[in-house]
Amino acid sequence: MKTSSHLFHVDMPALSEYVGSMRLLIGGISGRMGFSLEEVEDIKIAFSEACNNAVQYAYPAFTGAEKVEIKIKIEGFQLEIQVKDFGRGFDVSSPPKEHAVDDPNPHLGLGLHFMQSMMDEMKVESTLGKGTQVRLMKKVKNPSLPQTEA
Amino acid sequence: MDLEIKTRKEKDIPVLTLSGEIDVYSYPKLSKALAGYLDQSVDIVINMESVKYIDSTGLGVLANTAAKIAQKKVHLHIFCTKTNIKKIFEVSGLLQKNLKIFDSEATAIENSKKS
Repeated sequence: MKTSSHLFHVDMPALSEYVGSMRLLIGGISGRMGFSLEEVEDIKIAFSEACNNAVQYAYPAFTGAEKVEIKIKIEGFQLEIQVKDFGRGFDVSSPPKEHAVDDPNPHLGLGLHFMQSMMDEMKVESTLGKGTQVRLMKKVKNPSLPQTEA
Repeated sequence: MDLEIKTRKEKDIPVLTLSGEIDVYSYPKLSKALAGYLDQSVDIVINMESVKYIDSTGLGVLANTAAKIAQKKVHLHIFCTKTNIKKIFEVSGLLQKNLKIFDSEATAIENSKKS
């Protein structure tokens, strides 16, 4: 049987209002791959958290050109999602801190925790001043749908 | 899908009924709705039965609110039976802190009080 290999590439403006639309795309693709309903929800959460970090923290302001590059790779029953920004980057060796109770932008530092919990594998690469790339991987555990030929 | 918020009072307890998605785009709306109750010394009930999605930004608003009102010895009580939403709360670890989930709105309201 031939292995399916497909790539989706979307450049999303770095605006929070588009994350929900991208989430629908991810949900549709992962559901079609054969992930269970629970796994599809897990994938949507992990993907959204990666996008949240990009739209909230990568760029100091949105002037029109700032984007989040999203790549969705399907290799057989393996899904890989890449979320990449070209913003400020961060020090990956510093753990995220919980913000103060009176912080007007409450951020619990849960994004990385959700990504790690919901996916089989998560990798983060970041360079200060150049941007951040998050890679999220998950494999269909019990394939039941027939693979379409490439 | 947008976030809709309806508010009412049951026995002087504010009940916020949420529907839709609470995410990076809509969480400020929830934050603004809850801000009005931070100065009141009363438990708050949040009905999340019609919430389709919540992420860390939405959890952040709920956790932040719960922490602030805990200073007045009052609490946030959440009504939710949806497995996918409850899972997010469980994975976050927030149920070990100031947030409580009930499986009926009536029970959440009965367990609420004015301090």
